[in-house]
Order: sequence, then structure tokens, then C-alpha cells
Amino acid sequence: MEDLSRFPLRLEGPDAPMVRFDHVTKRYGDLVVLEDFCLDVAEGEMVTVIGPSGSGKTTVLRILMLERIQEGVIYVDGAPISHMEKKGRLVPASERYLRRAREPIGMCFQHFNLFPHMTAIQNCMEGPVQVLGLSRQDARERAEELLEMVGMIEKKDEHPSRLSGGQQQRVAIARALAMRPKVMLFDEVTSALDPEVIGEVTEVIRKLVHEHRLTMLMVTHQMGFAADISDRVCFFYGGRIEEQGTPEELFGNPQKERTQQFLSAVKSAG
Amino acid sequence: MSYTEFLAEHGPRLLDGTLVTAAQFFLATALAIAVALVMGLMKLSDNWLLKGVSVVYIEIFRGTSLLVQLYWIFFVLPLFGVTLEKFTAGFVAVGMNLGAYGAELVRGGILAVPKGQWEAAYSLSMSPARRMWRIILPQALLNMLPAWGNLLIELLKGTALVALISVADLMFEARQVNSATYLSAQTFGTALIIYYVFSRFLITPFMRWLELVMRRKMGRA
Repeated sequence: MEDLSRFPLRLEGPDAPMVRFDHVTKRYGDLVVLEDFCLDVAEGEMVTVIGPSGSGKTTVLRILMLERIQEGVIYVDGAPISHMEKKGRLVPASERYLRRAREPIGMCFQHFNLFPHMTAIQNCMEGPVQVLGLSRQDARERAEELLEMVGMIEKKDEHPSRLSGGQQQRVAIARALAMRPKVMLFDEVTSALDPEVIGEVTEVIRKLVHEHRLTMLMVTHQMGFAADISDRVCFFYGGRIEEQGTPEELFGNPQKERTQQFLSAVKSAG
Repeated sequence: MSYTEFLAEHGPRLLDGTLVTAAQFFLATALAIAVALVMGLMKLSDNWLLKGVSVVYIEIFRGTSLLVQLYWIFFVLPLFGVTLEKFTAGFVAVGMNLGAYGAELVRGGILAVPKGQWEAAYSLSMSPARRMWRIILPQALLNMLPAWGNLLIELLKGTALVALISVADLMFEARQVNSATYLSAQTFGTALIIYYVFSRFLITPFMRWLELVMRRKMGRA
């Protein structure tokens, strides 16, 4: 049994990060994907994770929203989400606690994962009505506002099957935002899109960065986009952060050999 | 005796039987759906007890003969103090049997819903029950509708066995008419046609219609 006494019960104070991965290890069976992983994301910060496939970068998002970890503690907005407090000690979180603790987090997926049996606006109302307990009227207003913001208000009564990939992804972003998250996760949200519609999705994310004080964690292969909008870029290699810095530092003057290799490989691939 | 005369004389009787068959069919279908849903969900449960119960149930009801199950429910259960009226015993046996097959359809239909749908529902913090009811089941239903069409036809044909515990269904009446008239070709020919019409012109079109409605709801029609 892991000794959890070295981890604080809460993160407090003005310097407390919005998200903290505190010595986190994630294994799938014998396969160690993240080992002793530490990362802080400040409130309102946009952090992008890049790296070769299989480096564990998507896992960073998945353990925040979907999966459990084996060691370490994850904190969001001051409270532990991987663990809960019991008699003044941290114990592994129950399913119910985990679900509640993850409420401040929103996630967008590579394959959108819109609910096919609901229209765009129903997709955006489902969470607020079913989980937050909003009235249908309030949820509708909120959904319309967000669909307007992502430029999908004209298509609000369409089912996902009648929308293009880019349109579906924009609805998916609105759906996640409808839960009023404090932290947004973007998991390769442009990877499944045709090149000509990538722009409409990145434009929405850009807008979020500029107009909302949201904390964001993004995994992407769009280096140019990452360089444009990130406060900080982390290069992942072999389950840990090989190098991190501002976009200028990381893309302009990478220090580590692996980072240089990766960036030049990406560049030559176009 | 012409076939018209035969129908004039014995038709009403066969019609009465058909109504009983229809009643058996609808009641057994309702039971089969309920059983399928409960057992299918239980089989997917993480709780080993719930899962165990459903596995045993499905094994027993799929692995043994419907006729034997019918006899058990009607003749053996009374020995344990549970006496069912023959009409009830009839549709209960058929419903429980076909429900076991249906449970596998429910399970398969649910497992066929892409993992991303579960994750999206989870990422909206939906509780497991809400997630299942609002997101997964509606999609699973569309996945399994075609197979349910087949199952309901099987169920209809299964109801013919209730004649063997003297429920006055179509098959029972046909046998009565046959032993009174010895007009086997006319009697069983008529019964054959009625079963065929029931499945081909009632069940199948209804299921197609249902599928179309569901597809529309998914925006796929």
C-alpha cells in the first residue's frame, strides 16, 4: 500500500495550481505509461502536450477525466480527485467521489463522441439538465449561447450524422463548455478532421483562450497551432516530460536532443 | 365439404384460438423484453452475484427445451406450492425462455455501442444509471432491433407449445377441429397460414416500422 501521508489533503494559497499531477504513475497491466509524473497547470494557463505517439501524452488527459492512477495524487482546483479525504487521510477515491470531483473538468475527444440520437442542441442540454439540474429553459438558453459562440447556431436542430467533422467537433466543444468547466481538456481534437476544416475548430479554441479565463490542457499534432496559442509547451518522451518551456523556447531553441529530433522530423514531414 | 364450408363451420373456432395465441404472444413478448433487459444488464454488471444469477438463468433457459420448461412451470412448480393457471403458465414459460435469448441480444447491443459514447457520457459526470438509460440503451436498441424481429417470430412459433398444457390457443383449437373432422389438411393448413400471416404481415412490418422510427430519431433515415 502506497504511503500517501506526504501528499497534502488540499492545495491552498494564492500559488496553488488549478491542476497538479503529483508524482503520478499510470500502468496498464505491466506497461508503465507514466512514471513519477509531475506537472502543475496554473489557473487560466494553456498548456500543450506534444510528443511522438506512444509517449503517454494522451494518458495525461485520460487520467484526469476517465481513468484511475496507480500511484501519486492528482489535484484539481485545490481538491484531490484521484483520492478523497477520510479521517484526515487520503484514501483512493470512490466511484461516486471521483465523478463529482471531475465535474469541474470538461473534455473534447479526437472522434467528437457526440450522442447520435440527439440533435446538436440536445447534446449541449443533456449534461446541464441531467447532471446540473438546470431547467430545460435555462439549459436551452445556455446551449444556444454556446452554439452561437462556436458558430453552430444555425445547425442546432441537426443530428450529428448530418454534420461535418469540423461542425461536430465544434458542437462537442459547446457541449463540454455547457457544464461550465474550470478546466478543459482537448485530446487531439483536430486529428480526425479533414485539413480544410481544421481551421474552424482551432479558431474556436483560439477564441476560448483569448476571451475566457479557462485552464486548458491540450494534446495536439498541430505544432503551428500549439506555438500560437500555448502559454507553455511540454514535449513528452517515454512517459515523462523531456523538455518544457514557452513556445518560443521549445520550438525556437530546443535544448534536448530528443526534442530537436522530434521537431525536425515533424518539420520535414510538413 | 368445400374449403369455404369448412371455414364457415370451423373458422370461428380457429379465430378464437388465434385471439388466444395473440394474447399469449403479446404477454410473452412483454415478459421477454423485461427479462431480457434485466438479465442482459445484470450480465454486464461488475457485481459477481448479479452476474452469476444472470449467467445461470440464461444457461438454464437457453440450454433446455421450451416444452420441458413449460411442463416444469405448469406441472412441477405446484409441487413446490406455486400454482399457475394454465394461461399464465403458458406465456410465462414462453416469455422467460425467449427472454434468455433476448438477454444476449441486449448484452450484445450494449457492448456494440462505441466506447467513446461511454466516455463522453462520463465526461459530463453522468451517473451510471443515467448514462445507461439516456445514452447507451437508446443506441443499443437500434443495434439490436433487427435481431429482435427474428426473436419475436421465434416467440410466436413458441406459443404453439402452450396447446400441450391445454391453453385454448390456435394450435389447441386446430387439434380439436382435426379430431372432430379428420380434415387434417384443411385444419392444419389453415393454422399454418394464420401463423405465417401473423409473423410475415404483422410482426415483420411492425419491426421494420420501429426500426425506421428509431433511425429517424438518430437522424439517419
